[in-house]
Amino acid sequence: MTVQSTSPTAMPSDDVVNVTRVRWWLGAAFFWLFAAMLAGLIYSSQYLRMYVFPGIEYLSPGRVRVTHTSGVAFGFLVTSTLGLMEYVIPKLTQRPVLNQKVGWFAFFAWQAILVATVVGYLGFGQMQAIEWGETPVWIDPIVMVALVIVTANNILGPIFQHATKSGKGLYVSLWYFIAAFVWTGVNYFVGNFFPEYWVPGSAGASLTSMYIHDLVGLYVTPVGWGLMYYLVPVVLKKPVFSHNVSLLGFWALAFLYPLNGAHHYLHSPIPMWVQAMSVLASVGVHLVVYTVIYNFWQTLRQGGTDSYTKLPLRWFVAGAVSYLLTCMQCALHVTFTVQEHVHFTDWVVGHAHFVMFGTFSFFVFGFTVYLWPRVCGRTTWHSETANHYAFWLMAVGNLTMWLVLMIAGLIQGQSWKGLEPFTKSVTSSAPYWLARTFTGIAIFVGFSLMFWNMIQTARSREEAEYDPRTIPSPSPA
Amino acid sequence: MGSSFFEKASSVATVAGFGFYMAAFGLLGVLPWLMTDKIAPVQSGRQFEQRFLPAQVPLDFRGHYKDLAAYRDGLYLGKKVYIAEGCWHCHTQYVRPVGNEAARYGPVSENWEYQNEMNLPQLFGTRRVGPDLIREYNKHSTDWHIAHFRNPTDVVPESVMPSYDWFFNSDGSLNDRGWAIVAYVQWLGSWRELPANKKEQG
Repeated sequence: MTVQSTSPTAMPSDDVVNVTRVRWWLGAAFFWLFAAMLAGLIYSSQYLRMYVFPGIEYLSPGRVRVTHTSGVAFGFLVTSTLGLMEYVIPKLTQRPVLNQKVGWFAFFAWQAILVATVVGYLGFGQMQAIEWGETPVWIDPIVMVALVIVTANNILGPIFQHATKSGKGLYVSLWYFIAAFVWTGVNYFVGNFFPEYWVPGSAGASLTSMYIHDLVGLYVTPVGWGLMYYLVPVVLKKPVFSHNVSLLGFWALAFLYPLNGAHHYLHSPIPMWVQAMSVLASVGVHLVVYTVIYNFWQTLRQGGTDSYTKLPLRWFVAGAVSYLLTCMQCALHVTFTVQEHVHFTDWVVGHAHFVMFGTFSFFVFGFTVYLWPRVCGRTTWHSETANHYAFWLMAVGNLTMWLVLMIAGLIQGQSWKGLEPFTKSVTSSAPYWLARTFTGIAIFVGFSLMFWNMIQTARSREEAEYDPRTIPSPSPA
Repeated sequence: MGSSFFEKASSVATVAGFGFYMAAFGLLGVLPWLMTDKIAPVQSGRQFEQRFLPAQVPLDFRGHYKDLAAYRDGLYLGKKVYIAEGCWHCHTQYVRPVGNEAARYGPVSENWEYQNEMNLPQLFGTRRVGPDLIREYNKHSTDWHIAHFRNPTDVVPESVMPSYDWFFNSDGSLNDRGWAIVAYVQWLGSWRELPANKKEQG
């Protein structure tokens, strides 16, 4: 085991990072999350029977809902992580992306894809009936091309050049990034084309579930953890606790996670052995999660109070706690017994928010708190106080939403099983749906505060304290 | 150990990345695909018509669809509308053998029911804000559905379903999309009544 492979090393120069483009990726990502959160809030008003735009076809709840989910997944999480990887990968490999022009092309192509997707949803009712893959069918081939370009130019290109030259093992973050892009390239093709054109019925459902799960499990999860394996040691100035635990966490995730999919359609006509296999693999994943969490906990212990006084780490700790809770929840509700009661209910909606927002969006927020002033040529944010308020509003909003939706889910499940009239499950949910909207407002206000703070920080770039291309490098551990 | 197999870019990309994903694709995709096709082959063309379409256009829809071909096109459009408006985000299309669902909705879903081109892509769904729809055939009258799409709370006061004014002409009659979605919803589960399918039902 070498020192290089346990800690991100200092770079002699930061010229390898295209700081301007990192700023554009992050700025675009935060704009998309602003829009996606607004869409989510508007959608939630339908449940209160106070829909903001009643009777307007182009803003109907069904279409606004996918704008929310796709906006979060593709608009925010994919866009922001691509930006953060444009920072982390050059730092770790000491190489820029293969071609800067292609890098810019990828950025604008991805934004055009996102705009076309929203226009397709709202304006033309073009939606593909694949969850998380609703992107209109004619855009899917374009996404595939963009994905291949960005993978080659930004991710695998520099990493493989670096690996060939150094001949050493790679730092853990890079394993996650390589695997995430190989998985996602294949997964996007499998999930968007097979059930749509070739595989109907329950086998199609099995493939759809694989796609649903792997977009989160094999893109968002590995990329999110890869980013944290970089950020946490850099902020703490301490190495990751155990290289061997990192290895175990990565390889076990790689083996088990792809098998999880079918747990989204338990008790369905999908062959029973497939469902049972997915349940076992999912419980297995929950054990893998403990290894990753343990590794980070031990790493954070070396930093003492830094883990909650430094805001980037506090975001990370909050996200990691969400991750632990959500995975424990998963190991419980993934079983056939519990599925009988919670499937199709708001329990699942709460679970999804806790993963996509409570865990991985929090990771991105933490990294952004660290990186944004730096890519704007400043040492500080416009307002540190605003960032602290943003943290507490979003953290409390997230936890409350999860709890509220879990309770609502249990009530709905019991109402159905007890053979009450279906509408009873709707009326019983009403107070929880109202509470959910309020938690959503707290999150939206918190996020808007952070977004405003970002804009203010970027606008005062003329007062820059240094040329952003010479960001102070993280020191070696 | 600096360059062990498990830390190399090539093994991460080929084994962890491509290899493990393809293994899962085989187990979750190819094998179930072969198995379900063996239990119940995918029905298309003439077989689809025999197994999944009524012998004649249902009485309620004869005013709008002149013949079976037109009715069939209507079902396809209905499915398109069902997807485009996101109906499938709040309604499921399968009955589970647990949770007293057979008592609430009707017979538990079987593989053969989904083995046709109307299930490309499948619409099992994952959330029930409203009830499951796979046994919707004949549960409500066509008039009920029309009133329901116009304003759901007129017929189900507790409903949180939005109204779909754009399924209607200015004079209040259904337009093409409106007829299509009503025909589609009234078709769901009707295949269980067809003579060609009686032997399939266990």
